[in-house]
Amino acid sequence: MQLITVAGPPSAGKTSVIIKIIEALQDEKLKVGVVKFDCLSTQDQILYQKKGIEAKIGLSGNICPDHFFVSNIQDCLAWAQKNKLDLLITESAGLCNRCSPHIRNVMAVCVIDNLSGVNTPRKVGPMLKLADIVIITKGDIVSQAEREVFAFRVKQANPSAMIVHVNGITGQGAREVGQMFKKSESVESLTDYHLRFSMPAATCSYCLGQTRIGQNFQMGNVRKMDLS
Amino acid sequence: MWDSLSLMTLKQLFSKYPYAMDFFSSLPNLQQSEECSVAQYFAAIEEDALQDLGIGRQELLDQFLLFMIQMEKLKEDKIKIQSITILGGNDKYGKSEEIELTIQAGEIVCIVGPTGSGKSRLLADIEWVAQEDTPTNRKILINGQLPDMKCRYSVEHKLVAQLSQNMNFIMDLTVDEFVSMHAESRMLENIEEIKSHIIAKANELAGEQFTPDTPITSLSGGQSRALMIADTAYLSSSPIVLIDEIENAGIDRQKALRLLIDKQKIVLMATHDPILALMGDKRIVIKNGGICRVIETSEKERENLVTLTRIDQKMLAIRELLRSGGQIDNILLDIQIT
Repeated sequence: MQLITVAGPPSAGKTSVIIKIIEALQDEKLKVGVVKFDCLSTQDQILYQKKGIEAKIGLSGNICPDHFFVSNIQDCLAWAQKNKLDLLITESAGLCNRCSPHIRNVMAVCVIDNLSGVNTPRKVGPMLKLADIVIITKGDIVSQAEREVFAFRVKQANPSAMIVHVNGITGQGAREVGQMFKKSESVESLTDYHLRFSMPAATCSYCLGQTRIGQNFQMGNVRKMDLS
Repeated sequence: MWDSLSLMTLKQLFSKYPYAMDFFSSLPNLQQSEECSVAQYFAAIEEDALQDLGIGRQELLDQFLLFMIQMEKLKEDKIKIQSITILGGNDKYGKSEEIELTIQAGEIVCIVGPTGSGKSRLLADIEWVAQEDTPTNRKILINGQLPDMKCRYSVEHKLVAQLSQNMNFIMDLTVDEFVSMHAESRMLENIEEIKSHIIAKANELAGEQFTPDTPITSLSGGQSRALMIADTAYLSSSPIVLIDEIENAGIDRQKALRLLIDKQKIVLMATHDPILALMGDKRIVIKNGGICRVIETSEKERENLVTLTRIDQKMLAIRELLRSGGQIDNILLDIQIT
């Protein structure tokens, strides 16, 4: 079985792109499923199911989405194996631009859109910098020059990634990405695999439910700004 | 490469490779001056800062080297594309296309066919440099040969620039800043010169004048398209330009196409506009997802272009009259249509 981790900022078009890619793979009789990781709520399960795609939803609630991902990914893989999927795609929103669900030796994809501005590739952390494939969306609504500048900036941020333009509405480019997915390495179990990058850490009093503001209520891993 | 870079001071690095500044711009601003060496700079970044950046020290170094190598590559001259060849596959019903079509640099080829007939698929096959690995089983050759497949994913070898109908600008920049930004991403040296060419040319195509300090978001539809076409002609590294119809309003379309072919672009245009279609050297007719015919524009058709252009100008004149608040009482079609 193959596993692909897809991550990207909210509204970059991850779901649309994934659906188009899966449609192309379904044409080749492959059974593909999705696990969507989100925080508060998501309607994406309905979107996937409408297309006949097996989908599961995981809501992290008050847990850091990254931590939630890594503590569940193995079970997700087992779910996919039980359902005899050929390929499992995980989808997660990199909410703090630091979130990176990417695993070493597992194909990693970052989806980012042209409308997010040319400086965005610099601001996104390991989710973009450590991805194998960067999919750029919404190219049809910006000018050719902006597309070129944006792709250049992505290349600066992650010089080794393959950069592909995909249109989430027409599906242009999705078939080609599907071909790349098919070539990814097979994964049977994730035990002893490593994340590509460590998770953001906190463990401060607010992690434990503190709501009051003030010096006296701040404990643990607290970082202070330099306002001098 | 590391051996030569590591001993340079940051100052030397930036003066020799100005683009390297882009890499450092997102890195923590160390207290040290630009006099420290590249190696010292990387060694001195604190562990906490690396954590915040979301990258390890070795990975950051690797990325820096890769960045420098890739940016240097952008400057290298690319293989000149003289021609592309489409080797036919099959249509939706599996019927063979039986075609071998070569398009030369500086040629305009139009693509005609009803909506949903497979025009986009043909354009996508060319963009992806299909190698019998798309639903149509077409194969694309570059300069008569199998291409280097890295053009599929690499920014610097992208074959196709696309000019679509809705060409919005979203950046909050002036025309001058915008074109500079594009030129810088191409690693060009004579930026000022190219910039003035582009702005002058765009003004020529648009008719309505704009200045370098006009914000791009306030350009009119015609001005935006004109700027886009001029920018693509001068600055896009892609040898093939795909055009999804050019609207008639506010832009001299014949001049726009001529500019692109003067720059030795291969122009592929999906259009049903008779003037644009006849400006092409050939027309590809698509039916049921396949190329069913290729028509060479005949002498007779070219002659008709003159009449069509006159009709077009008449239409434009009437539109202009309407715009300026005039009345359209009589339309004298003083055109001999034979």
